[in-house]
Amino acid sequence: MFTLLKRRTPGEAIFELVNGFLMLVICFLTLYPIWYVLVNAFNDGADAMRGGIYWWPRKFSLDSFVTVFRSDGIMTAMGITVAKTVVGTVVHVLFTAMVAYAVSRKELIGRNLYMIIGTITMFFGGGLIPTYLLIRDLGLLDQFLVYIIPVMFSFFDLIIFLSFFREIPVGLEEAAKIDGANDFSIFLRVVIPVSMPVVATIALFHGVYQWNDYFTGMIYINDTDMQPIQTYLYRVVAQSSSNQMIAAMPSGVAVNVTSQSLKLATMVVTTAPIVFVYPFLQKYFVKGFMIGSIKG
Amino acid sequence: MNALKSQQDAEVPQKVKPSAEAKVRTAATASGKERWVKWLKKLYGQRYLQVMALLGVAWMIVFNYIPMYGIIIAFKEFDIILPISQAPWVGLDHFKEFLNDDSLGNVIRNTLGISLIKLVIGFPLPIIFALLLNEIRSVLFKKSIQTISYLPHFLSWVILGGILSTWLADVGIINKILMALNLIDAPITYLAEPQYFWSIVITSDIWKELGWSAIIYLAAISSVSPDLYEAATIDGAGRFQKMWNITLPTIKGTITILFILAVSGLLNSNFDQILVLRNSLNDSASSVIDIYVYQTGIVDGRYSYSTAVGLLKSVFALGLLLGANYVTKKLNNTSLF
Repeated sequence: MFTLLKRRTPGEAIFELVNGFLMLVICFLTLYPIWYVLVNAFNDGADAMRGGIYWWPRKFSLDSFVTVFRSDGIMTAMGITVAKTVVGTVVHVLFTAMVAYAVSRKELIGRNLYMIIGTITMFFGGGLIPTYLLIRDLGLLDQFLVYIIPVMFSFFDLIIFLSFFREIPVGLEEAAKIDGANDFSIFLRVVIPVSMPVVATIALFHGVYQWNDYFTGMIYINDTDMQPIQTYLYRVVAQSSSNQMIAAMPSGVAVNVTSQSLKLATMVVTTAPIVFVYPFLQKYFVKGFMIGSIKG
Repeated sequence: MNALKSQQDAEVPQKVKPSAEAKVRTAATASGKERWVKWLKKLYGQRYLQVMALLGVAWMIVFNYIPMYGIIIAFKEFDIILPISQAPWVGLDHFKEFLNDDSLGNVIRNTLGISLIKLVIGFPLPIIFALLLNEIRSVLFKKSIQTISYLPHFLSWVILGGILSTWLADVGIINKILMALNLIDAPITYLAEPQYFWSIVITSDIWKELGWSAIIYLAAISSVSPDLYEAATIDGAGRFQKMWNITLPTIKGTITILFILAVSGLLNSNFDQILVLRNSLNDSASSVIDIYVYQTGIVDGRYSYSTAVGLLKSVFALGLLLGANYVTKKLNNTSLF
C-alpha cells in the first residue's frame, strides 16, 4: 500500500481525483431522491403544495407525522407489518434452518432424494394461478397465516444454511450427543447459536421481504384491517386514491396536512426501521451473499 | 455310456440343488433380515432428523408440487365451481387463443424490450462500479460509499413508486428543472405517457439495484491476491492494465454465471416494480407477460387462459437458461451446471 502511494504518477493522481469525484456523484444521486421526500415530509403540507422545496424544509412542521401516528387505519396496517415481519422471519429462519440441518447430516437416509425434490423446485414452479387456487383451497384467504406459511421455507436459503452447517466441527455435536441430547435439541441449542452469521443474513433477507411485500396483502387479503402498510401504501400510490389518505385522517386534524404530505410522512415512517437496521448487518449479508451465489 | 454318465451328471446337481439352494436362501434371508433390522435401527436412531427433513419435504409437496400439478388447468376449461379433476379437457385451445390474441405482439415487445435494455445497460454498470470502487484507497470512504449504495435496495417498490410519483409530478422537481432550463413549456405527466414508461422503469431499476448487484463482484475482487498487483506494479503495469489483466480475469467466472442467470431471466419483468408504476394510461408500454398473466388471471378470473400463458413463458424461460448455459460453456468453459 505504502509503496504504491510513493509511485503515484500524475496520471494516476488525476484518475484518483476523477474516480473519487464520480463516487461522490453516485452517492449524491443515491441519497438526494430520498432526501427530497424527507424534507417535503417535514414541511408544512399546504405550503409544500407550491413545490420548490429542495434542500431544507421551508416551513418546518411535524403535523403530518402526528397525523400518521394518530390515524387508526395507518397504525393498524403498521401493526400487521410488524407482526408479519417478526413472526414470519422467526418461523422462516427456524424452519428452513431445521430442514437444512437435517439434510446436512451425511447419515440421513433418503438425503439424496430430498435434495433432488428440493432442487427441482428451483427450476419449475406452478405459477401465479395454481398457487392462488392452492392458497384458496387451504382456506388461507384473509388469514394472518397467509403471510407466514406459504413463505416459511425456501430451498435457496436452505442451500446457504447447508454450506454453513458443513463447516461446523463434528466434535460440537458429538459432545452434545454423549450428554443424551436428541437431534432436534442439538440443532436448537448447539447448531443455531454457532451459526449466528448465516442466521442474521437469512433473517435480514426474509425480514426485508416481509416488510416490503405488498403483493400478498393485495391478492389474498380483502379485509382492510388485515392489510400490511405496504399494501395500504400501494393503494394510495399506484391507484392514486388520495381518498384513502383523507379517510385515514382522524377528525380534528390540522388543516395544513394534505393527502400528499400524509403520504410522504407514511412513506418515511414505513422505511425508517429498515434504513436504521441494515448498516449493522452489512458484514453478515455480504458474506452470506457470497456463499449463496457460489453455491446457488 | 457317455450318454448315461452325462445323464447322471445332470441328475446329480439336480438332486443336490434343492438343499444347497435352501441353504443359500436361509443364509440370504438371515442376512437380509439382519440388514433390514440394522436399517430399521438406523432409521429409528435418526427419527428426529427424519421428522425434521420430512417436514420440509411435506412443505415442498404442498406449496411447490401441488401448484405444479395445478398447471394442468392450462389444458382444461377450469371453472371455479368444479374441482380441477372434473374440469373438461380442451387441449391446446388456450395456447392457440393467446397466440391469436391482439395483445400478443405488444406483450412480447414490452417484455423483451425492457429486459434487453436492462441487460445491455444494467448488467455492465455494477461491474464497472465495483471495479472503480475497488480503486478507492481510503477504507473509510470506500465503506461509506458501499453502505450508501445498498440503501435503495432496501426500499420497497411501493415506496419507490411514491418517490417517483413525487419527482415526476406536475409540481415535481423534474418538471421544475426542465421548465427552468426552458426545455419544456408545460409540465409533463410522465407516468401517464407511454413513451416515457420504459425509461422510467429502466432508470429506477438501475438506481435501486446498482450498489446491491455490485456486492458479489466486490466479494470476488477481494479474493484476488495482493501479490499479483504488487508484481504487476513492479513490472510497470498501470492502473487500467492491472484492472484489465488481473481483476477482470479473476471475476470472469462470476460474471459468466450472473450473465447466464440474467439471460434466463429475460422473460421475467420486475413484476413488483411494473405493477406499482403502471396505470391505464401507460398500458400500451407497461403490459409485460407477468402483468398480462396477473391481469387475465387474478383480475379477469380467466384461470385456465392465464395459466396457459404462464406455462408458455416458463417453457421459454427454461429454454433460455439451457441455451445461455450451453453457449457460455462452449465459449469459455464456465457454466451454471
